Amino acid sequence: MSTATAHAHTEDHHHHEESFISKYVFSMDHKMISKQFLITGIIMGVIGMAMSIAFRLQLAYPETSFPILEWLFGSKWAPDGHLDAGYYMALVTMHGTIMVFYVLTAGLSGTFANLLLPLQVGARDMASPFMNMLSYWLFLLSSLVLLSSLFVETGPASGGWTIYPPLSALPKAMPGSGMGMTLWLVAIVLFIASSLLGGINYVSTVLNMRTKGMSMTRLPLTVWALMLTAVLGILSFPVLLGGGLLLLFDRGFGTSFYLSDIYLGSAGALEHTGGSPVLFQHLFWFLGHPEVYIIIMPALGITSEIIAVNSRKPIFGYTAMVISLLGIAFLSFIVWGHHMFITGMNPLLGAVFLVTTLIIAVPSAVKTFNYLATLWRGNIRFTNGMMFAIGLVSFFISGGLTGIFLGNAALDIQLHDTYFVVGHFHIVMGCAAIFGMIAGIYHWFPKMFGRMMNKPLGYIHFWLTFISAYLVFFPMHFMGLAGVPRRYYAFTLLPEYNVWADVNVLMTLAAILGGIAQIIFLYNFFSSIFIGEKATQNPWEANTLEWTTPVERIHGNWPGEIPTVYRWAYDYSNPAYEADFMPQNIPDEHSAEELFEKNTSVDPARKDSPVRETADFFTLLRNWFKPRTV
Amino acid sequence: MSTQTISQSSTWGGGNSPFKVSYGKLMMWVFLLSDAFTFSSLLTAYGAIRYSFSSTDTFIEEVTPVKLEADGIPMRDGRIDFTFADNLINKYTPESASHAAHGAEGHADHTDYFVQKMGETGIFSESHWPSPDLVFNHFPGFGVIDFHGMHLPLIFVSLMTLILILSSVTMVLAVEAGQRGDKAAVSKWMLWTIIGGFMFLSCQAWEWTQFIGAGSRMYSNPYGPPTFAALFFGVTGFHGFHVFSGVVLNIIVYVNNLMGTYEKRGHYEMVEKVGLYWHFVDLVWVFVFTFFYLI
Repeated sequence: MSTATAHAHTEDHHHHEESFISKYVFSMDHKMISKQFLITGIIMGVIGMAMSIAFRLQLAYPETSFPILEWLFGSKWAPDGHLDAGYYMALVTMHGTIMVFYVLTAGLSGTFANLLLPLQVGARDMASPFMNMLSYWLFLLSSLVLLSSLFVETGPASGGWTIYPPLSALPKAMPGSGMGMTLWLVAIVLFIASSLLGGINYVSTVLNMRTKGMSMTRLPLTVWALMLTAVLGILSFPVLLGGGLLLLFDRGFGTSFYLSDIYLGSAGALEHTGGSPVLFQHLFWFLGHPEVYIIIMPALGITSEIIAVNSRKPIFGYTAMVISLLGIAFLSFIVWGHHMFITGMNPLLGAVFLVTTLIIAVPSAVKTFNYLATLWRGNIRFTNGMMFAIGLVSFFISGGLTGIFLGNAALDIQLHDTYFVVGHFHIVMGCAAIFGMIAGIYHWFPKMFGRMMNKPLGYIHFWLTFISAYLVFFPMHFMGLAGVPRRYYAFTLLPEYNVWADVNVLMTLAAILGGIAQIIFLYNFFSSIFIGEKATQNPWEANTLEWTTPVERIHGNWPGEIPTVYRWAYDYSNPAYEADFMPQNIPDEHSAEELFEKNTSVDPARKDSPVRETADFFTLLRNWFKPRTV
Repeated sequence: MSTQTISQSSTWGGGNSPFKVSYGKLMMWVFLLSDAFTFSSLLTAYGAIRYSFSSTDTFIEEVTPVKLEADGIPMRDGRIDFTFADNLINKYTPESASHAAHGAEGHADHTDYFVQKMGETGIFSESHWPSPDLVFNHFPGFGVIDFHGMHLPLIFVSLMTLILILSSVTMVLAVEAGQRGDKAAVSKWMLWTIIGGFMFLSCQAWEWTQFIGAGSRMYSNPYGPPTFAALFFGVTGFHGFHVFSGVVLNIIVYVNNLMGTYEKRGHYEMVEKVGLYWHFVDLVWVFVFTFFYLI
């Protein structure tokens, strides 16, 4: 690196053309890396979604032959167009893994943390551009390793994305437990390394690289959300690494960390003794639960920004939003047990996890109400991004409410491993997060590619996706309440579940509709890169710093000095000004302090009322974060 | 104007760094925080598995010292009298230890005999977790440590720990020398730290050899449940890997310092960064030592 720095020094003051390789392939520019993450994420998303349609076809028409499946997966995994039962499990596992880790973790955080953190805090690039590049390449390598498991003889991992032992620990347990599972673990180890390199960079960039005047309380909520997401990743992924390491030992070296007293049909009684499969579940869910917040928090941050911009109003309750993000981040580490209520957990411990789980409803509700209050009486501009952001709020509410059902240990005994769970998490973290991601793509597309996406196509995409998503996942709740278990590849022989066959058909058709909607999006995305309408510098009239950079997207972000920040990010429709927005880099004729106070949702008319005193704690908190000099 | 490279040195645009540290040092702190969670997960797994077994102490209480005496294990105050280990070694002949398959060195054979005797009486068994005192009680050249009738278990691992802690002290001195800008002193103390690291790794290699020599593998363990050995290899191995990486980093910094890189740069922050890592590895060892050996 030192030579690279020296090199940059010598060519400091004159322009030079970068080669294709250094500009598009081994790029160290955070904006290019974000596009690399995005496009890799989109490709993985398409694969994951295609898999889901394949197994939805199986669920809806278990006895119909689909030659296309045989064409896709070969006669081994789909003989005569019928999906093989084991391969159904493999597809579900790969769909889950791809969507959770590769699309909604790396694709979402990787894209928007890379794009927005340096731009919104006012930095030339990430703290370490080299590590950033490494992070992307490890991610790509990890994606390739995971996809390669589709092509091994015994097929990909098929024990579910949660890879519970013993299915994952005994290579002979079933075909998918062999090479496919090993590749899965290798891919995840690479993924964790990538996530760690990225996360360390994101946190350091936000804490250390902010421009003059950018105090923590002036950070846009996207930055807060992305930074806390990185913190969650840094603290929770290593636990999966530890757990996965022990799992690899169990698989390869005959240890018994997660295995005890097992009889395997093909191999008889095994020598493993003394381990505990529940131990793995604890280690897994210590990552697994923060992971769902790693997925949803960037989407929430993106939504905060887009809703404020397009309502032309300051975000309602900025401080409350930050505190609720901090609260969610903290609570996410002490609720993992709610995934394990039926593992034979001590009921007292179950009650503790129940309480902490239900407490998460508080910060989540704070965020939801703040979104609604921001929308309330705003001059709403229904841009594509705004539609998807509002869609996120809808999914977050409907999925969040069913989370309160599942958080109750007593109810969970009935609902565990039913379609209720599938419906719940697909709505609250699947749909909500993907809507946040798509909202972000529509909103920041002009910043990424210098062009606008097609708006009418965006509307069609939104309505088709929104309606089909609800049609797929809402009926699952009723199936789950009726006890229909997940992970069954056909219900043909189970009459009490087979009564839902027609509903399964409806859900599959809706899923196909949703798939078609994404084709519209893909066309819109890729064609707009080349033929989209040229963007202006600040197409949404937003306040944050990324819109003060030139449309050309130069390496280093700003051609001259980095702008100084004089105000928070949400000065929309401020009565003190003519314009309805005031970018953060515009100095204020009033003192910055006074202006900030004006926006803390305290009515000046009630300045002397007791309400003001209740704000004192938050004022203290704000002052604590403020830099000593502005 | 389409592409323009801006030098790294102007990356920091102004404002004040909130923690008064450079981003590099901040990154090291964040990494260490993350790594702390990795070790925590391994130690948690260790705790969960270990306490799902009963202990040898409980076993001795249940079987009663009298029964153990009858089986040929002398007891003193309800605990094993380790002078018997010495007696065993004196009685040792190659014939009597023909079962010893792995003994390359003499004392490894004695150890096998000791372990076998303990196994015969049921003190070492797959059903209860061995007390670390009964496992890690060897010293190079002495076999089972019995110093004039005094049983001194863990003496070797205590020495290892002392070496690692001392290497942390020399690392502190290196960092301090760096802050003074004293290149020669940095070199001196970095070298001592590297030597300390190598000594620790060598000790660990000896201990692993000892343990493997007694017949321990990832999947089997003459001292008790196989998972005891698996966890021992897994956790101390993962820590040893960290020490090894630390030694490599220290060597890089040492060589850089000799070449005057930091003198030219005007500061020795790199020494501080590897110092942070080294202290972290040391701190982790304190936990490993506590949970694996002392408790």
